Amino acid sequence: MREIVIISGKGGTGKTSLTAAFAALAKNSVLCDADVDAADLHLLMQPEVRQRTNFMGGCKAVINPALCTGCGICRDLCRFGAITELFQADALRCEGCGVCVDFCPATAIDFPVQRCGEWYRSDTRFGPMIHARLGIAEENSGKLVSLVRKEARQLAEQHDADLIITDGPPGIGCPVIASIGGATALVIVVEPTVSGIHDMERVVQLAAHFKVPGMVCVNKFDLNLEMTEAIEQLARQHNVAVLGRVSFDPAFTRSMVEGKTLFEYGEATATWQQVRDIWTQIINSPSMNPLGIVDFKATIQ
Amino acid sequence: MIISVASGKGGTGKTTVSVNMALALGAGVELLDCDVEEPNAHLFLNPVIERSERVETPVPLVDLEKCTFCRKCSTLCRFNALAVVANKVLVFQELCHSCGGCMAVCPEGAITETGRELGTLNFGTRGSIGFINGQLRVGEAMSPPLIKRVRAAADPERLTIIDAPPGTSCPVIAAMNGADFILMVTEPTPFGLHDLKLAVEAVRLLGIPCGLVINRADIGDNKVFEYAEREGLPILLTIPFDRRIAEAYSRGKNIVEEFPEWRERFVALHRDIEAIIAAKGKAVACAK
Repeated sequence: MREIVIISGKGGTGKTSLTAAFAALAKNSVLCDADVDAADLHLLMQPEVRQRTNFMGGCKAVINPALCTGCGICRDLCRFGAITELFQADALRCEGCGVCVDFCPATAIDFPVQRCGEWYRSDTRFGPMIHARLGIAEENSGKLVSLVRKEARQLAEQHDADLIITDGPPGIGCPVIASIGGATALVIVVEPTVSGIHDMERVVQLAAHFKVPGMVCVNKFDLNLEMTEAIEQLARQHNVAVLGRVSFDPAFTRSMVEGKTLFEYGEATATWQQVRDIWTQIINSPSMNPLGIVDFKATIQ
Repeated sequence: MIISVASGKGGTGKTTVSVNMALALGAGVELLDCDVEEPNAHLFLNPVIERSERVETPVPLVDLEKCTFCRKCSTLCRFNALAVVANKVLVFQELCHSCGGCMAVCPEGAITETGRELGTLNFGTRGSIGFINGQLRVGEAMSPPLIKRVRAAADPERLTIIDAPPGTSCPVIAAMNGADFILMVTEPTPFGLHDLKLAVEAVRLLGIPCGLVINRADIGDNKVFEYAEREGLPILLTIPFDRRIAEAYSRGKNIVEEFPEWRERFVALHRDIEAIIAAKGKAVACAK
C-alpha cells in the first residue's frame, strides 16, 4: 500500500485542485481528505456518502451549579483561564485536561466526551473516498486526521487498491504532522512568491524531521519565473525531487465553479499535459517505488 | 482595539490585507503575525527585528529520588504524557499540554517543571509600526500556546492588527478570541465560500462583529456576494484580480506602495471597521 500526501505549507497554492486532477488520472486508488478543518475536496468529487460516523474527541469540563460550593480550587488550578468568575467552564478555553474534575472537593464537575465532528465513507466517480468535518472551533484535528487516514487504508485494502491519494492541510502543526507520518511520499505544491518559498522551506524541514521523502511542484510558475527557479534550486539543495511546473491557468477556478476536475472542463490544454507529466513523475519516482520496480503490474504482465 | 484578519481558506489574502492596512495607517499600529506555523507578514512589512525570545511551555520533570511510583500522575494525565513502568517514569514531552495536573497531584512533591521549546517570538518595527511574530519550531505540533504568547506581548495602547492562521479550529480561535472585530478575507470561488461559511460560524460562536474583504473579486462566481447579502455581512473592500498585483506580491511588494491609489482605500477600510464597532458599542449601551 502506497500513500501520497499533497501538502504545501502555505494555504491556497492549489493542493486540492491538483489532488482532484491526480484523482482523475490515478487508476484504482482511494481518496482521502485530511484537511478536516476546512475540507474542500468533496466540492470537486461530489461524493455519495455511504456511511457517516460521529467523531468523538476529547472531554470538556461542565460544572454542576447545584453541587458547586464556589471554593475556587478549580479556578486556581486551571492554567487555561477556562473557569469564569461565576464558576462556569468556558468550553472554548477548556483544554480537556480534567485537572478541575479530579481536584474538585465537591465532585461538582462532569467531564463528558465531546462529539467533535463527523467522518464519511463515500463513493465518487474516481473511486472510494474518506473525508470528514471537524466541528467549528474544535480541537483534536490531529486525532481526526489520523482516523481518516487509518480508515482510508482499510478501505484501500477492501477494494484491493494499491494507492491512497491524500489531500493534506496547510501549515506545519498538529494536523500536518498527523497527515504525513508513515506516508510513502509527499507532493509539496509551491507557488512562486516570497511567502511560497519561505513556507516550502519549513515544510521541507518538517518532512526531513519525520523522514518522509518529499517532491516539489511549482504551481502558477509563470507568475514569477525567477522565483520558480529559486524554489527548484532550493528543493535540489534539500534533496527534494523537482516534479515540474504548472502554468497559472484560470481553468482551475472555472472548473472548480462547475464542481469538476481540470480534466473534465473544456478542451485539452497545455496545462493538462503539465499535470499529466507531473503525475507520471510522481508514480515513477524512486520514493514511490522503493524497490526500484517502477510498475509492478506491468512487470508481471 | 484589536482587529483580527481571518479567512477559513488559506491563500485568500489575509497577510496582504493585514500588512497593507498597517502600512496605510502607519503610526499607532502594531501588527501581530499569529500564523505561527507559516508566518509571512515579515516578508512584506520588512520590519527591523530588534530582539527575539525563545518561548517554552512547561512540561514535567520527575525527581526519581522522591518518586514512589504511585502512578497518580500517569492516571491523571489525559494526554498520556506520563507512563510509570517499574522503577521508571517516562515523560513524553511532545504529548504534554502543560496543564500542571501531574505536579499538583504528586503527593511526594517529586514533580517540577522544565520547558519544551515551542518556538520563537520576534519583536521589531517598521518606521512607527510595531511588529511581533511567532515562529513555531519545526516538529512542534501545538500552535495555540505560542499564538497566545504573541498576543500577550501586544501593546494594549495601540491598534492591534492580527494576521490569523487559516482554518476554523483551535489555532484560529486563539487568534480571534477577544478581538473587537474580525475581518474575513475571502475569494469568490466554491472553496472560498465553503470555508468562509465555516469561519463565519466560528466568529458567531465568539459573538464578535465581522465584515468581509473579497479578494480577486472578479474570478469565480457571484455566490459569495449573494451569501454576504443573505447573512447581512458587510463587504468592506473588494480587490480585483490584477496580474500586476499578483506579480508584485510574488516579489514581496505591497499594494499601497506599488499602487498608491490603494492607500486611501485601506484607510477607509479601517474607518468603516471603527464605525461598525462604535455602532455596536452604542447598541450595547442602549440595551443596558
